[in-house]
Amino acid sequence: MLDIKRIYWIYQSIFVTFKSPNPSKSFMPQTTLTQPSGTAVQAPSRVNDIVIQIATSNGSGSQSANAILLRSIFQMGVPVSGKNIFPSNIQGLPTWYTIRANKDGWTARRKEIDLLVAMNIESVQDDIRELRPGGMLVLNSELKSFLNRNDIQAHIVPFNELVVQACPEVKLRKLVTNMIYVGVVGYLLSLELEEMTQAIEKQFKSKPKAAELNRSAATLGYNWASEHLVNTRTCTIERMERKQEKILIDGNMAAALGYLYGGVTVVGWYPITPSSSVCENLIDLLGKYRHDPQTGKATYAVVQGEDEIASMGFVTGAGWAGARSMTATSGPGISLMAEIAGLSYFAEIPVVITDVQRMGPSTGLPTRTCQGDIMKAYFLSHGDCKHILLIPGSVEEAYEFAIEALNLAERFQTLVFLMSDLDLGMNNWMADPFKFPSKPLDRGKVLTEKDLERVKFFERYRDVDGDGIPYRTLPGTKHPLAAYFTRGTGHTPAATYSEKPENWQDNMDRLTRKFNTARQLVPQPIIEKASDGDVGILAYGSSDMAVKESLAQLEAEAGLKVGYMRIRALPVNGEVRNYIASHRVTYVVEQNRDAQMASILRMEYPDLAPKISSILHYDGMPLDARTVTQAILQSEKPK
Amino acid sequence: MSTPVTEPSAQAVAPKASTNHLGQPLAAYRGVTSTLCSGCGHDAITNQIIKACYELDVESHRVAKLSGIGCSSKTTAYFLGQSHGFNSVHGRMAAVATGVHLANRTLLNIGVSGDGDTASIGLGQFLHMIRRNVRICYLIENNGVYGLTKGQFSATADKGSVQKKGTENEMMPIDCCALAIEMGCRFVARSFSGDMKQLLTLIKAGLNHPGTAMIDVVSPCVTFNNHEGSTKSYKFAKEHEEQLHDIGFVPPHEQITAEYAEGTTKTIELPDGAKIVLKKLHRDYDPADRNNALKLLADARDQRLFLTGLIYHQDGTYPDLVEQKNLVEEPLATLSESKVRPPREVLQKIMESLK
Ligand SMILES: Cc1ncc(C[n+]2csc(CCOP(=O)(O)OP(=O)(O)O)c2C)c(N)n1
Ligand code: SF4
Ligand SMILES: [Mg+2]
Repeated sequence: MLDIKRIYWIYQSIFVTFKSPNPSKSFMPQTTLTQPSGTAVQAPSRVNDIVIQIATSNGSGSQSANAILLRSIFQMGVPVSGKNIFPSNIQGLPTWYTIRANKDGWTARRKEIDLLVAMNIESVQDDIRELRPGGMLVLNSELKSFLNRNDIQAHIVPFNELVVQACPEVKLRKLVTNMIYVGVVGYLLSLELEEMTQAIEKQFKSKPKAAELNRSAATLGYNWASEHLVNTRTCTIERMERKQEKILIDGNMAAALGYLYGGVTVVGWYPITPSSSVCENLIDLLGKYRHDPQTGKATYAVVQGEDEIASMGFVTGAGWAGARSMTATSGPGISLMAEIAGLSYFAEIPVVITDVQRMGPSTGLPTRTCQGDIMKAYFLSHGDCKHILLIPGSVEEAYEFAIEALNLAERFQTLVFLMSDLDLGMNNWMADPFKFPSKPLDRGKVLTEKDLERVKFFERYRDVDGDGIPYRTLPGTKHPLAAYFTRGTGHTPAATYSEKPENWQDNMDRLTRKFNTARQLVPQPIIEKASDGDVGILAYGSSDMAVKESLAQLEAEAGLKVGYMRIRALPVNGEVRNYIASHRVTYVVEQNRDAQMASILRMEYPDLAPKISSILHYDGMPLDARTVTQAILQSEKPK
Repeated sequence: MSTPVTEPSAQAVAPKASTNHLGQPLAAYRGVTSTLCSGCGHDAITNQIIKACYELDVESHRVAKLSGIGCSSKTTAYFLGQSHGFNSVHGRMAAVATGVHLANRTLLNIGVSGDGDTASIGLGQFLHMIRRNVRICYLIENNGVYGLTKGQFSATADKGSVQKKGTENEMMPIDCCALAIEMGCRFVARSFSGDMKQLLTLIKAGLNHPGTAMIDVVSPCVTFNNHEGSTKSYKFAKEHEEQLHDIGFVPPHEQITAEYAEGTTKTIELPDGAKIVLKKLHRDYDPADRNNALKLLADARDQRLFLTGLIYHQDGTYPDLVEQKNLVEEPLATLSESKVRPPREVLQKIMESLK
């Protein structure tokens, strides 16, 4: 179907081809069109359903360019996400940025790539191979010799020549090159120039000179492309109307905002990817918003420890003394925190650990995502330990659960984990604006001097209310009943030393009661999609978006009405049990090799173990819907 | 400002014969009965802590007792029964204390550790705590062995010291005093659990120090390291101790007595008006001279001298961690919601910037 716009458009590309002012090599039409159909221009096939992959090398400064592309699409009202696939290196190794725009809101990873910007010689061969047939390639002309496919549309761009025009300063050229591809991609996707300009201004709002340089480079790229490339409109972004204004944010910033609004007062940390930006963002936020207006003094303290043992020590000491305290880390740091985690469990000290999960050890794949710490975190430390885990499935929940983690830690006087991961934490997600907390801070069962005067009784570990949660006093409380002695070893309800077997066992049983109370007070599971009672999915965390998309695929492609319950915290309660019991089979989708959540559920409900199956994804890349769909179709195909 | 040990109000009550200015008897500063071996040096140190707090009119509720793991670390239960105590994990009390100091700046922190707890497993944290100048009076009850795990050498065991079974230690000891000076500690002392008067004075002075005060107290383990050939035995310590000076402590508002007459003494004024008075003995020693202090320690190690006293002290105030962090006067622990949760408009503004 030919519409006016397209006719004009074909006209323009032909026109440009023949009216090229300077028919020198670099100004010849730079598009190789080898559509299977053989026609020069193809009908727009994908509108607002695009995956863009940008392949650069680490340290080339492509982050802001990529953010501008992401933001331009976002500002046009199209649901979008941006994922950074980066190496554990500061400069030189290949890095990819993937943008997915999808009108239906599916913004999990999709493996199939529609538009590739290939700038890196190291990875260009593999990159080109992975582009979908019919997809668009924006190729640095220096890498032209690597073009070995004729089922794609290649747009060859002389970036190195263009950047000389765009940027007189040699030093800045590497950075400015990135803005040229922003312009080229903007043209190919029909992005609105107005929105691109705004996105650039937003990105460089405090640096008008940089904004100007980047704007002119992007414009140069855009204009050059419009004059030299044939826009086949294979992929197009069209403006969409939004019901509510959305925000664009990564999970680590969202969690930092949660801690800010959760009233965190003491933060200890030690840098580790992918968790560092939780504390770095938090430091910025606290620095801006948490000073006493009269004195200008800080209502918080952040200390970078010498390691994670120290960071965990700080926050445990602070939690004991009554602060709302938090530390953030990733797998290797969790290992170092293990001993003090056990102390906080047995001595009943409130503290929050944010675990932004990544792959394996320090020399593993520290910059790739996974959900491999679930089991370890749940049972972290010595003896019979069990901890509360909050598992946000979105950036909104990263914010809300960060607040809730501080509340629950004080409510239950114990260690609470916020289990995020690299995909949720470091990538950009679209969300509704966060809401101001509806509940006041929960400071838990703390007896003040006045309370003690009233109740005239205090035993630190006595289960007065029958919920397993004892009362505590804070050091500094001026009352003869207030003091108690904290230790990890055996103690009586009055906190005196005891090696009596019955004291130890009674205390362990009370800790179990406390844990069971938590089952009802942690964020409850949500039925995201009802099923017909046959096949159900249980998933958690950053798998959410991919699972939801997979459900739609299963229904559309195979007519399968698969249900989905999302676990949002451990320990689970009866609802999860009922869910498993009421389905013929329940697939637990998770991003680890050993089916960690499924194993925990089998432990909780041994009688239901045969009904629990697993879909596992653990290659370090964010989960995509197709992986889930294929796994289910394979197991559920008619026998 | 750092909080003085003695509350101004504490002066109100005139002491009865058997009570301090708070009207508290000495017994009020005791804890539960010690379960250490009888004769253990650690118990003698406990007694001096009790006495120091009693004589300084310390309000028990303002004290946080912090320790790691070991026989020594257990002793926080044996003094100040009316104070909160936290017997944490092995070698990590320094970090726990750092958190306590940040959460509640008004607390007077007393840390008790062992030589294993500090110099072996906890050396890193100990040094970093000093670097941060956490406000704490930190005592190392140093017996050269791991008492609680039955007598293995710790990192402070002297070269040539012999274990009960006869094994000789071949490694050089870690000198916590020298390291503390290196790290910028402004109150570094060494004492002996058998030298009650000196120890009491040093603890009092240490409690008054507005930052990390560390006191390394040689404290013999009668069960595992008190034999012939040990350099941390009572016999060895008694025979080898050389006091650097005769040391006295004068509480705020009190006069220096005739015992410390002009000329023979050096007075160190502490921030809250208390004074340390050093009376010259054999040596002319100036604890304000850092290089000299380090040389003294190196020589002592080489010559097998057991020097006790105030080894290094710096006058003047230096910001503790809470001051470095510019914290509000009120403890972070008890700040109300309105002080720690920014208003709705701030969130709206942030959300706006993310649109
Ligand atoms: C992580 C850990 N490792 C080992 C131990 C065992 N342990 C308990 S006390 C101790 C040594 C204590 O020595 P020191 O600090 O010198 O105290 P002392 O008993 O000599 O007073 C050891 C190794 C422990 N509690 N925790
Ligand atoms: S073992 Fe040694 S250190 Fe421990 S209590 Fe006995 S004498 Fe003291
Ligand atoms: Mg010892």
